[in-house]
Amino acid sequence: MKVTIDGHTVEVEAGTTILQAARQIGGDLVPPAMCYHSKIENTGGKCRVCMVKVTAGSEKDPRPMPKLVPSCVTTVQEGMVIENITNPQVLEARKNVVELLLINHPLDCPVCDQAGECKLQDLSYEHGIVDSELVEDKRVFDMVDIGDKIKLHMNRCILCYRCVYLADQLTPERVHGVMFRGDKAEISTYISKAIDNEMSGNVIDVCPVGALTDKTFRFKSRVWFLKPMNAERDCDKCCGKATAWMFGNEIYRVTSRHTKYGEVEEFICNTCRYDKKFITDWKITGPRDFGQASVINQNNYVQQLKKVVINADKRLL
Amino acid sequence: MGRKIILEHYNVPNLKDYEVYRSVGGYRAVEKALKSMTPDEVVQEVKRSGLRGRGGAGFPTGMKWSFIAKPEGKPRYLLCNADESEPGTFKDRYMMQYNPHFLIDGMICSAYALGCNTAYIYVRGEYKFIIKILEKAILEAKANGWLGKNILGTGYDLEIYVHTGAGAYICGEETALIESIEGKRGNPRIKPPFPAVSGLYGCPTVVNNVESLAVVSWIIQNGGDEYSKIGLGNSTGTKLISASGNIRKPGVYEIELGLSVEEFMYSDEYCGGMQHEGRDLKAVVAGGSSVPILPKELILKTASGENRLMTYESLSDGGFKTGTMLGSGGFIVYDEAACIVRNTWNFSRFYHHESCGQCSPCREGTGWLEKVLHRVEHGTGRWADIDLLVEITKKIEGNTICPFGDAASWPVASAVRHFRHEFEYHVRYPEKIKNREHFASEPMRLFMNEFVK
Repeated sequence: MKVTIDGHTVEVEAGTTILQAARQIGGDLVPPAMCYHSKIENTGGKCRVCMVKVTAGSEKDPRPMPKLVPSCVTTVQEGMVIENITNPQVLEARKNVVELLLINHPLDCPVCDQAGECKLQDLSYEHGIVDSELVEDKRVFDMVDIGDKIKLHMNRCILCYRCVYLADQLTPERVHGVMFRGDKAEISTYISKAIDNEMSGNVIDVCPVGALTDKTFRFKSRVWFLKPMNAERDCDKCCGKATAWMFGNEIYRVTSRHTKYGEVEEFICNTCRYDKKFITDWKITGPRDFGQASVINQNNYVQQLKKVVINADKRLL
Repeated sequence: MGRKIILEHYNVPNLKDYEVYRSVGGYRAVEKALKSMTPDEVVQEVKRSGLRGRGGAGFPTGMKWSFIAKPEGKPRYLLCNADESEPGTFKDRYMMQYNPHFLIDGMICSAYALGCNTAYIYVRGEYKFIIKILEKAILEAKANGWLGKNILGTGYDLEIYVHTGAGAYICGEETALIESIEGKRGNPRIKPPFPAVSGLYGCPTVVNNVESLAVVSWIIQNGGDEYSKIGLGNSTGTKLISASGNIRKPGVYEIELGLSVEEFMYSDEYCGGMQHEGRDLKAVVAGGSSVPILPKELILKTASGENRLMTYESLSDGGFKTGTMLGSGGFIVYDEAACIVRNTWNFSRFYHHESCGQCSPCREGTGWLEKVLHRVEHGTGRWADIDLLVEITKKIEGNTICPFGDAASWPVASAVRHFRHEFEYHVRYPEKIKNREHFASEPMRLFMNEFVK
């Protein structure tokens, strides 16, 4: 099927969502996604930051869709024409949604472990306005421990439901869900039960904000001081492919590998994540590449190295 | 005297008993439909009647039915939406309480038309007593062979179950209702797929309001053409209106669509005029709390000077600028003593409480709206707050999964649009607001001081 996004035409399979089609083109026109995660079933459609304008529904019926549509759950039609960053209405709506997401967000980035790899932070820098018009108090929750390794900081949660659906996917019965409603809704586990699963640590990785954090890493270091490395080990429970975040020879934390859209490539088990923190546990295969825009890669030696080599070559010639 | 369809036999005592209902001609429609009509003929009859959904959106019922997918080997479901939670609407409760068999009658015809063998009535949690009435009626119908296996020897099976909600307004949204019946958290689903393709348990499902389903039995019995003769234009038939507020005779009224608003408000047959002598009409919410509020001059006459009628078209004449919607028929009247700001805050409080919290604009926006309105209403508002309210409604509207976001923002946007001076008064005279001196009448002020503060 042929679809056009911001003037770029791409051939995709039937059943592809607009977001996936945009990712096939790549670049700036990819809508941001906070709640959608391609590895977790049923996700998407909740955070509303990926809304795009469909200016022609399909070749057969070229009428525009009346409302903005969430690109992560809307499948493409033959001849669909979509506007994302070229449409001011879309950018306005995205800005509005980001502003609404931020009104109850504590904005405690200076003390938040997610800072630097936080989707909401990126979005608010990109779209948000600096001063909020909210003068009232924000909603406040108490911090909760989910098991002995995961900390739930509900104030920061944007209720993307990623962890809920992931827990549904991992566990046979429902142990993790949402309680209450409206802005009082909170992520919670079944009364006095934690997610008892070998893969439960992945909820930390799928969380787009700092609501779920790794207790073994809390307040240890800022992520941009660490060097992310591709690490491998033989694991009988998972794929054994992870990212080791290192400072010198020390491994500060282990996470799964993320794609450039912040999605987990392959889930890793809790043993790999929490217990293997010595350099001898892992085989380091090389540096992990993050996008140029990421704060984590700001001082990335690989890119600098490349630059140096090229400059050196030029000078040699 | 308007024609009565739903309230035709309401003065018959004990109408909710099977024998009494049968003696006034009940279940004849089922007999007619099952014995002499094919399912398609029933759908055609409903299409001909021009019946539009009575739950609020006004989508043609017959058309909705014709969209239902009919895949092999999958059951189809009919759901009756009795989760009537819109503030100001109480027509379905009245109907189910006094004439439950009428609903079951209509549901059997509808289920037969759609080929459903299972139907659910989703009753809101607050209507606990209705469940007993409905279940008794279903048992009676079953004992007399109108439900169960092989109804009337035609080989058609149907079971109707009553399902209780747990008190969430959002479960009146059709996909949230489906989720709730499935035993999940009542969050609206993302459409498409629409319920007509993949609804309850992934099967094709039709969700209709109580009133739309009930009236089907009358349409079958008397013919769709007969029904379409009542009413005006595309708004055919009769509609139950729940009238409340500062009128002399609040209650449930059945009107022929096409009646003028003025007649409905002031004639003795219906509302009977204003409640208090000497207090003029100020505003009307014409279709339940979600629809835009209109001031006196716009509710009685449209912007172009025509008489406003109780039809889907006439009420929405002028768009959102000067019009409103028929909605679910919750007709709330305010007289001069009412404070629109307080009323808007009250509605907003309701939407804040009921937002499901699934998608961000509605979850955060409804809370914000309520906070700002609370501030304005309690005398601590700022001038910027009035424009801020409009800004917030624009941020929510159209960006949400279900129509809840729109429903939460329309009343606020329209209140600021038509009653800006009241909001400004609240900001300009905070001391008066704090002492509740802006209420025109003494008793109302005392009441507010004593109980609401």
